[in-house]
Amino acid sequence: MSKMRYSRRAVLKGGAAAAAASAIPAPMVWAQEIKDITLRQFGTGVSNLNDVGQKVKEDLGFTLEMTALDSDSVTQRAATQPDSFDIADIEYWICKKVWPTGNLQAMDVSKIKNYDKIVGIFKDGRLTPESTLAQGTAPHTVGFVEGEGSKTFATEQTNWMTLIPTIYNADTLGIRPDLIGRPIETWAELLNPEFKGKASLLDISSIGIMDMAMVCEAMGEVQYGDKGNMTREEIDKTFAIFTEAKKNGQFRAFWKTFDESVNLMASGEVVIQSMWSPAITAVKSRGIPCVYQPLKEGYRSWGGGIGLSANLSGMALDAAYEYINWYLSGWVGGYLMRQGYYSAVPETSKEFMTENEWGYWFEGKPATDIITSPTGDTLAQAGETRDGGSFYDRMGHVACWNAVMDENQYMVRKWNEFIAS
Amino acid sequence: MLKNRHIQGWLQASPLTLILIGFLILPIITIVVVSFWQATEFSIIPAFSLENYQFLFGSPVTYKVFFATFKYALITWAMTLAIGFTVAYYLAFHIRSQTMQIALFLLCTIPFWTSNIIRMISWIPFLGRNGIANSALQSWGIIDQPLEWLLYSDFSVILAFVHLYTLFMVVPIFNTMTRIDHSLIEAARDNGASGFQTLIHVIFPLTKPGIMIGTIFVLTLVMGDFITVRFMSGSQKANVGRLISNDIALLQYPSAAATAVILLITVLIVIGILLRFVDIRKEL
Repeated sequence: MSKMRYSRRAVLKGGAAAAAASAIPAPMVWAQEIKDITLRQFGTGVSNLNDVGQKVKEDLGFTLEMTALDSDSVTQRAATQPDSFDIADIEYWICKKVWPTGNLQAMDVSKIKNYDKIVGIFKDGRLTPESTLAQGTAPHTVGFVEGEGSKTFATEQTNWMTLIPTIYNADTLGIRPDLIGRPIETWAELLNPEFKGKASLLDISSIGIMDMAMVCEAMGEVQYGDKGNMTREEIDKTFAIFTEAKKNGQFRAFWKTFDESVNLMASGEVVIQSMWSPAITAVKSRGIPCVYQPLKEGYRSWGGGIGLSANLSGMALDAAYEYINWYLSGWVGGYLMRQGYYSAVPETSKEFMTENEWGYWFEGKPATDIITSPTGDTLAQAGETRDGGSFYDRMGHVACWNAVMDENQYMVRKWNEFIAS
Repeated sequence: MLKNRHIQGWLQASPLTLILIGFLILPIITIVVVSFWQATEFSIIPAFSLENYQFLFGSPVTYKVFFATFKYALITWAMTLAIGFTVAYYLAFHIRSQTMQIALFLLCTIPFWTSNIIRMISWIPFLGRNGIANSALQSWGIIDQPLEWLLYSDFSVILAFVHLYTLFMVVPIFNTMTRIDHSLIEAARDNGASGFQTLIHVIFPLTKPGIMIGTIFVLTLVMGDFITVRFMSGSQKANVGRLISNDIALLQYPSAAATAVILLITVLIVIGILLRFVDIRKEL
């Protein structure tokens, strides 16, 4: 019975969103030819959603084929198979790795309609003019290039953007409050012997090393110059601490995919681990308490964007720009924000969310009614607030961004050793 | 005429030769060549260098991982052999009717109609901390605390290996056993051999080729595996296959190729040694 109600709500909401979208006029000049265009997009699972593909077909007329892969495979494909995609939906640290291959082309900012409304994090690195810059591969450091064919990143905003930011979030540790039974306030708890055999870390080197660094710094064991660009010595110290913890049986498992992290947490194998926001949601939706715990040292943040393949030209390139403008126009943003991510242009997304949803997800206010996901699952009851609070509370406390460091090769080898040790 | 036959022979052999060259020899040569190259994140530098091998042989982790690979292979081999031999023996000598034999044999293969990965992953909820095994043992009062080592340990890895690969032992052993001339066994009995003596001195030597084929299957499968180790150990343990797959995931193709070359050589040596014991072709 209640299920019926949600699905009706979802249908109504979808209808309202569609009506709003069609009210925004899309250029119809080449409407006929564009129907034959197919853009191939690939990226990580977070934003490769079939609903987006369908909506593109409805609103823009062309076909968007989507492939979802894990972060490593995405990097691999962007770097080695430039002909296999038109649009790459990648994270900023992947961009740093892939951009020098020349497989992506810079985007003309003047063609991006909502550019002015994009959040400052992606332009000058500051959420508000007073914010401090976070460490790591912050999006603004790899967001622009000097000129159209340039392979080096610009230090400030230019007319050429590498990725159009689409989605980002602040990550922290996920915990099972029912099994821990006391407040968790610091990253250092991941290696607390109290959770021996009940902790987990993600096995994706460029992200995992950041979580490790947050932990080692919180423990006071290692002081980093820049967590996003460690020296060999800092890398060695970090791995020494974690290798010892691993040998002492601190970790139950390491996870590589979203589903693994959900299962580890939901089954009670693990009570504290690195986690992604929607994974918390997935655990909660099984009726199991799970908290995305804000920690005093701050968040580890990540951001993704869409980049254009160097092979795109002519009509397909126009279609790609059309797609980007549509992406930033609000529908996708609203969809992603209702999953717990943030949109690069929050103000356009507001039109596609109810006041309750906007209040809960963005402003950190208590929900006034049940909060449901875009697919209709209940995520929160009336009166609950989001873990970590408002957009400014969460994104304003980013300690570092996912990163690729100069010593990446070395770090990767050490990572491999850590997993094998 | 003679020359004609010569050409005919070559022509008849050429399809297989071409396939083997194209799909076996060339890829292996490529792997060997790439193993001497260098790579950065986004490009492969085709310059001869021994760096990959130096790193591989210079790292204590390599030896540890190779040791772990052999450990998995040996334990799995011993267990699949014990189970496989027993099952095949039962099927071949205790089941009299051939129809029944075939029916039971097919029964053994039923689990293999589902995917490897599914059979493996279905162990995870069974062995977990709050899994069926632990809750059953606790409710029977055998243990107070859940057994942590049931899952994400060497135990679970080997359990999955044995579960996955026992059939590869059963099939060749059963096959050779069914072809043992029953009059040989009767002769052994007539000469006063006990059941156990018959097993050791007659049946076992005659099933050696089957055991050897099964051994080769199991050893190569276990030594080349990476996914079972990854899932059943929760990424905590490593064998050589995982070393390679990690390298590939991190775009370190030359380093992965070097490890693959070493693994290939190791497996070939192992098989070479095994074939010293039994001439499979003669006995098939």
